[in-house]
Amino acid sequence: MQRKSLDVWVGLFVVLGVAALMFLALKAGNMSSLSFNKTYEITAKFDNIGSLRPQAAVKASGVVVGRVASITFDDKSYQALVTLNMEGSYQFPKDSSAKILTAGLLGEQYVGIEAGGDTSNLAAGDKIARTQSATVLEDLINQFIYSKAADGKESSK
Amino acid sequence: MIGNWLERLGAWVRDYVESIGYGTRTFFTMLGVSPGLLRRPRLIVEQLHFIGNHSLLVISLSGLFVGMVLGLQGYYTLTKYGSEQAVGLLVALGLTRELGPVITALLFAGRAGTSLTAEIGLMKAGEQLSAMEMMAVNPIQRVLAPRFWAGVLAVPVLASIFTAVGIFGGYIVAVKLIGIDEGAFWSQMQGGVDVWKDVFNGFIKSVVFGIAITFIALYQGYEARPTPEDVAGATTRTVVISSLMIWWLDFMLTALMFSK
Repeated sequence: MQRKSLDVWVGLFVVLGVAALMFLALKAGNMSSLSFNKTYEITAKFDNIGSLRPQAAVKASGVVVGRVASITFDDKSYQALVTLNMEGSYQFPKDSSAKILTAGLLGEQYVGIEAGGDTSNLAAGDKIARTQSATVLEDLINQFIYSKAADGKESSK
Repeated sequence: MIGNWLERLGAWVRDYVESIGYGTRTFFTMLGVSPGLLRRPRLIVEQLHFIGNHSLLVISLSGLFVGMVLGLQGYYTLTKYGSEQAVGLLVALGLTRELGPVITALLFAGRAGTSLTAEIGLMKAGEQLSAMEMMAVNPIQRVLAPRFWAGVLAVPVLASIFTAVGIFGGYIVAVKLIGIDEGAFWSQMQGGVDVWKDVFNGFIKSVVFGIAITFIALYQGYEARPTPEDVAGATTRTVVISSLMIWWLDFMLTALMFSK
């Protein structure tokens, strides 16, 4: 009898541990958002990716439709080559465009897809031709300062 | 004078190398006789109850309070930058990557490691280990190996419970007491915690700590001289050596795991 109750307690201990791990994986981690659906790979070239990172979201109209698989540098065209893993259940026209957007003012960067009007869809291995680079804050500030300086010159004339 | 000094240095180095060699040999002997334990798994279950279940209370209470303190401190700092909703992410990353495995290991060394050392040291002082050898029972297989495997199993389980309870503690403080939006708390956490990079690596850490602490505790007890003073000293050494070992291993593992 005593042996049995000891087994029960040890069993409970192990079950608690496994439950804690499941909690960490599902509730705290991103296991629940991992999808085992089929994905297809497409690529896009950007002049500047800003601080985009692998595993960043690919969104269309704000809905996550894929993830950034890898980012490499293409030394033929001197552009960043971004590979996107798109979820198989979402299809986009061939002339869709991709741009790198920022969540909030200084938040994480993600790839936004805007659907085009072509009748045939993007397939695995296709390339998105029309892309727009990340907005770099320093460039914006520079532009702002130059335009202010130009304004100042005109008004002083 | 210098000759005397040299002699002592030499003796110290020789002792040191000898103890490393002896420890390694004991470790592999213990692994070698472990398959025999499969015929008597009850030995491991008994030890698991002794060092696992009995550590549960101190581990979960500590986890709860560490999580609550992290939640409070994280909130105080993050609120200066207006991003207090990231407190869930801060608590979860801190616990899964570092605090969960490390604090569990330190508590385990104090709670269970010491009792293992004292138990085996007293067995040796009472000549129970020698008596076993006389009866052709291998004390490494009968006494050390079940305790070792129980410790290696218990630490990851305890660390997982510590981390889970800690996140719950952070949730209580951040959401229930301070009033951070519950949805933002969990979604920020899920957005930033990676199952393989954070949760699984933390788990690996706790397995490594479990192996190190349990073996240090067992070895210190097994090698203690059979006197009351040295059994007491061995218990202290267990805590000191395993704590230092935990910090060192943690640094090495962190450098390896999160370097990219």
